[in-house]
Amino acid sequence: MGRYVIRRLLQMIPVFIGSTFLIFFMVYALGDPVAALFGDKAPDPATAARIRKDLHLDQPLWKQYLLYMGAIFQGDFGTAFNGQKVTELMAAAFPVTLRLTLVAIVIEVIIGITLGVISGLRRGRPLDTGLLVLTLVVISVPTFVSGYLLQFLLGVKWGWVRPSVSSDARLDELILPGIVLALVSLAYVTRLSRTSIAENVRADYVRTAIAKGLPRHRVITRHLLRNSLIPVVTFIGADIGSLMGGAIVTERIFNIHGVGYQLYQGILRNNAPTVVGFVTILVIVFLVANLLVDLLYAVLDPRIRYA
Amino acid sequence: MPEALEATTKDATAPESVPAAPPAEKDARARSLWSDAWHDLRRNPLFLVSAVLIVVLLAMAVAPWLFTSADPRHADLAKHYLQKPNWSHFFAEDWFGYDIQGRSIYARVIYGARASIAVAVGVTALVTILGTLVGMLAGYFGGLLDTILSRITDVFFGVPFILGAMVVLTSFEERKLWVVILSLAFLGWTQIARVARGSVITIKQADYVVAAKALGASTSRILLRHILPNAMAPVIVVATIALGGYISAEATLSFLGIGLAEPTVSWGVDISSGQEQLRNAAFVLIIPSVMVSITVLAFIMLGDAVRNALDPKLR
Repeated sequence: MGRYVIRRLLQMIPVFIGSTFLIFFMVYALGDPVAALFGDKAPDPATAARIRKDLHLDQPLWKQYLLYMGAIFQGDFGTAFNGQKVTELMAAAFPVTLRLTLVAIVIEVIIGITLGVISGLRRGRPLDTGLLVLTLVVISVPTFVSGYLLQFLLGVKWGWVRPSVSSDARLDELILPGIVLALVSLAYVTRLSRTSIAENVRADYVRTAIAKGLPRHRVITRHLLRNSLIPVVTFIGADIGSLMGGAIVTERIFNIHGVGYQLYQGILRNNAPTVVGFVTILVIVFLVANLLVDLLYAVLDPRIRYA
Repeated sequence: MPEALEATTKDATAPESVPAAPPAEKDARARSLWSDAWHDLRRNPLFLVSAVLIVVLLAMAVAPWLFTSADPRHADLAKHYLQKPNWSHFFAEDWFGYDIQGRSIYARVIYGARASIAVAVGVTALVTILGTLVGMLAGYFGGLLDTILSRITDVFFGVPFILGAMVVLTSFEERKLWVVILSLAFLGWTQIARVARGSVITIKQADYVVAAKALGASTSRILLRHILPNAMAPVIVVATIALGGYISAEATLSFLGIGLAEPTVSWGVDISSGQEQLRNAAFVLIIPSVMVSITVLAFIMLGDAVRNALDPKLR
């Protein structure tokens, strides 16, 4: 187990370097952070040259990247162009988005798996077909459409919830945005667990468990569900990263000042240190989540052992 | 107008169904994978609905003037967005009302299909070519090449899609159609590459590949004549579903103000200008959004139906 984890961690290094370099390249080589600093005005050449020197922008790209990475590992993510430390922005934004993602994942897991089990056990029946079509519809509606619609109906028209989230972003305020963020993934989780359950329900071990006379709910939760969860867990692991990145739309609709908000502002203003810093953290989250998923396999399926 | 619409729908459906139909066969054992799938698909209502929808949408993209005589760029400020839809005026200029500049929303929705579908089809084509190439090379040759290509795939997979597309697109002054297509394709090919690689790895162990090798077929012949046609089934399914996803991505980028821009007529452009008037005139936002959702749904349904037909395990 320990050796497996170490090997996986080592494999993550090239992917981490590659992904961060890719985003670094896109921000610093495709865009021009110094020009962005001046907005619509043309920058004074001498000033621009001085800023370039201060920010090491006159160096070749790979050198800039090394200098940046060196600073990151000392906890210095640089300073956003408005003078705020990027780490301060992160300290304010990440807890909010983390809470939002957590709400979304909980909704996705509980509702998605429940619906998937119900549907998978009734494979081919009207309820199953209906749920499958419904999940397709949910997947096809872009997040900003469902977001605006639910905000308009629940928040403005019927007044059940507050249409926008306050700056504390408490958990109860995040339920509606969490649902919006979770919707598409929820449909995927439903479909995945439905297929998995429908396949496993005919397995020998399920027949054995029923023949032993175990109660139905025990067969479902202990035998069937545990063995069917692997593809679902894989999906959810990969989804944590994309939910945090995908919160950009949801956070914009509900005015949540999290990671998506900071990234949106950063990208629009070509605020290079913010964008690269935040995406670097997102890449780490994505890689670690995938590692954890692989380790969870062994817990779920006793046949999988990591030497 | 209704007659014209119906006529195009029928005309466009006819040629599509002819080449795909298998010759009438009595012997079910002789059916190939694809004709077997077609046999199943013809009976699947989801497939039929999505196929008809896609044919209508493609007709809209190719020949929008068949659906409306109104000009999507003609602005009549007197009509302004306060003029609400006339739901009973089917296929008329004022069917869906007017937007903030007094342009016919019905005409804009019809003409908007072209840009949105062109982006999605363009990205899907590029992504399928690039992804299949990378996946096939990695899967067939294995070893060091596989390791390198797979790590490169992981690297691109690790960058969040919409975020990456936003970063790339902001660096362009003018976001033309091909800029959006290239940017989305640049980041989107990883999924197809992974699927193609898995598919090729399975197929390269098949007896007919071993036989071709034993007969001395060249590597390029094995790859193009034996591996490629047989590995394409899962790739086509994933590409169809992804096509729907790119329609949605184009709209999402426009919603964020970073996709296509005026004077291009596209659903995304209308969605991004419609959101400012959500409280007074929700239909300006809702109508193009519904079009996006229907289009995405049509492609996802099609992909899903084809997948079920190709996978005997799910029967």
